[in-house]
Amino acid sequence: MPDGHACAAAGGECVPVLEIVNVTKRFGGFLAVNDVSLTVNRQQIAAVIGPNGAGKSTFFNLITGYLQPTAGHIRLNGHDITGVAPHKISSYGMGRSFQRTNIFPKLTVFDNIQAAFLVHRGRGGNFWSRADRFYRDETEALLRQIGLLDQADTVGGTLSYGNQKQLELGLALASDPTLLLLDEPTAGMSANETHDAIRLLERIAGERELTLLFTEHDMEVVFSIAQKIAVLHQGRKIAEGTPAEVRADPEVRRIYLGHH
Amino acid sequence: MELQFIFSQFLSGLTTAIFLFLIASGLSLVFGVLRVLNFAHGTFYMLGAYIAWQVVHWLSPSKEAFWPAALLAAGAIAVLGLLVERLMFRYLYDKEELYQLLFTYALVLILGDAAKIVWGTEQLSVTRPPVLEGSLRVMGTLIPEYNLFVMILGSAIAVGFWVILTRTGVGRMIRAAAMDREMLGALGANVGWLYTGVFVVSSFLAGLSGALVTPIKAIVPGMDVEIIVEAFIVVVIGGLGSFWGTFLGALIYGQVLSFGILIFPRFSIFSVFALMAVILIVRPWGLLGRPLR
Amino acid sequence: MSRSLFDRIPWVLVIFIIALGIPWLGSKYYTFLATQIAILSLFAVSYNLLLGSAGLVSFGHAAYFGLGSYACGLLMKELGVPFLIALAAGGLMAAAFAAGFGFFCVRLTKIYFSMLTLAFAQIVWAICFQWNELTGGDQGISPIPYPGLNWLSSVPGLDGFRVGDYFYFVALAVVALCIAALHRISVSPFGRMLMTIRENPERASFIGVNVRAYELAAFIVAGGFAGIAGALFGIFNRGVFADFLYWPKSAEVLIMTILGGMNYFWGPVVGTGMLVVLNQQITAYTEYWPLVLGTILLVLLFAFPGGLLGALHAGWTRLRSGGRGVRPGA
Repeated sequence: MPDGHACAAAGGECVPVLEIVNVTKRFGGFLAVNDVSLTVNRQQIAAVIGPNGAGKSTFFNLITGYLQPTAGHIRLNGHDITGVAPHKISSYGMGRSFQRTNIFPKLTVFDNIQAAFLVHRGRGGNFWSRADRFYRDETEALLRQIGLLDQADTVGGTLSYGNQKQLELGLALASDPTLLLLDEPTAGMSANETHDAIRLLERIAGERELTLLFTEHDMEVVFSIAQKIAVLHQGRKIAEGTPAEVRADPEVRRIYLGHH
Repeated sequence: MELQFIFSQFLSGLTTAIFLFLIASGLSLVFGVLRVLNFAHGTFYMLGAYIAWQVVHWLSPSKEAFWPAALLAAGAIAVLGLLVERLMFRYLYDKEELYQLLFTYALVLILGDAAKIVWGTEQLSVTRPPVLEGSLRVMGTLIPEYNLFVMILGSAIAVGFWVILTRTGVGRMIRAAAMDREMLGALGANVGWLYTGVFVVSSFLAGLSGALVTPIKAIVPGMDVEIIVEAFIVVVIGGLGSFWGTFLGALIYGQVLSFGILIFPRFSIFSVFALMAVILIVRPWGLLGRPLR
Repeated sequence: MSRSLFDRIPWVLVIFIIALGIPWLGSKYYTFLATQIAILSLFAVSYNLLLGSAGLVSFGHAAYFGLGSYACGLLMKELGVPFLIALAAGGLMAAAFAAGFGFFCVRLTKIYFSMLTLAFAQIVWAICFQWNELTGGDQGISPIPYPGLNWLSSVPGLDGFRVGDYFYFVALAVVALCIAALHRISVSPFGRMLMTIRENPERASFIGVNVRAYELAAFIVAGGFAGIAGALFGIFNRGVFADFLYWPKSAEVLIMTILGGMNYFWGPVVGTGMLVVLNQQITAYTEYWPLVLGTILLVLLFAFPGGLLGALHAGWTRLRSGGRGVRPGA
């Protein structure tokens, strides 16, 4: 039982947070994602890996509601979120970060995070109070947690690349997610930045009891923090298991690790 | 309605359509490659008409002055397009789309008034070239030879365009730009000169259409704005940046206007804008266009 | 992030009080200009809720201005409806149309959004231009009666003004209330949501913003206030014409907004003031106003892309930081 280890680490019971059941995505005649199933349990750190064009991005876009699956189901904390619009999915407990940094570049760091609190706590439709009065403490606390409090008044777009990634993580955390989806969280980072980013992620995941699902190019990162790894190849899931199991899988060695 | 009458309405719609295609194809070409709607395109057309009139006037006793006038007008507008793109427009490519639009609108305002200063506000007209003064009778309907000539020329330009787009390297780059901008850089195209070239060709077409319209329509201030709105409708219906879409859009527009006047005489303008709105709602990228990437 | 002293000044009130003094200058011409600036400012500020806050480029905002003026003008002229009710009806009419049209427009993005707003506006224009029985076609509706404002002369200190001055007081009060409301909206959580959409619609939807719904709400609010501006303008102009909703009017409000600075709440007001005054001055000497306007636009695009307030802001921050360049804030 491959999940045994992870559930034990999380304190015993296996509670599924994200259940992906036989999901398929077809673009015209091209099967980008072919009948993939994957379950991620509470407080598990899971990774999806695969060579370029394996279907990782499409797979992520299906989970986050950006694309609709051709077939199959996706459940988040027991809710069926198949085909649900992105703006609703966040209210079921999913936060996501993007491969390319995706912040509100002309707003200050503080305003970026505060905006996320406003919408998540249902204040977005309030058009008669001053926005800057709301959630100041929550915003500051979150900025402290992601290490950007001293940059609160900086305009988001002028931050360094690494800091922008932190801010993006903050945007995802403001909705108080149970599941965090990270698309290539360390893409484009230097070795030092990667190290810091991973430490930050691990710390926050621990503090907030988060479940993590991420894609990543950097195999060192994957094998150092993931408890469970799924391998995609040409749209199909060819292996799933603990890092040790995946590393030992002959098919993975042949078609994936062989490329490196 | 008699068949003959329907036929003559159809022909009038077709003439409108060919003219509109000549004008709108340049607009669509620029949109496809530069991704900006050039409001000044109608103004280039109007200036083409004025310049053609001017040259005819200078050569005045000569009966055949129209031909060199039309070529000179198209060439002059091409040069104008070259200057505008190289000296000004290119500095706005890295700015927001809105600023590019406003730039072309500023040209509308400035050049429109400049034309008034030079040529006044009186209606001007050019007579048909003598070789094409006659008319042909087809199915009982008189068709001026000149209109027939424009239809043939317009179709020839359409075919020529299509050949360039599908058979040449430049054409491949233009199509690539219209489909996916990032692909263009990957093809190793000299993007700067491609933009200039496209702008100049488009200006040439605008100037040529302006010159060609002079024997049919009076030259008046305001014809620039009138035509640009019509050309917008055409490219929206057919698909912004789509070549055959522009052709189809022009055909549809010509017929809707021509028959719309018969069916709802008072709401003919309404019907073309309604058509534009319906297309945008149902298929925003137009009948033959593709969603932008 | 504390609000600076500059932000704490209630600018609506300050400008309202200053503007209120204009009739005391005793010039019919100044009151005329001030009325026009006040009304068109409201039009432009309503437009900037779309352009500046939400980043939506509408090419058809004149439709809502015109609809408001037709509704209000017809009610007052044909049915004798009291001014304030007709005014509100003008705003509601415009908002209702904005809801219907906006529903389709917000489904599109970028240039397609702009083209659909233009198409709808042109449809409304074509109807108003050709429906002679209702709208008077190209003759328009005139004269529109002035609201009965003689009671204002019994207010202490306000006796002895011309009827145009009284209308100015009322129009200014309506405009000030509307601009104050739009200001509240722009700094509210709702306004903040519009800013996230402007900055990055994709990210906005992933933090949970229902992008289309917010855009539609902004479209309706902007349309409603444009309708009120149009209603006031019809009375000021003593007539309503199809030109009010023709596309050059939409271009005009766009230019006024950009000229003042679309990144600033007061930008559209500054732009409107400047454009109206320049227009009056220049058309006195030459008929070539478009030439001047086009030239202003060119200078703006190449030299001051942030508009007048953007240029002032940049200059001010440079002065304060002792010559070091600082990015102007959004």
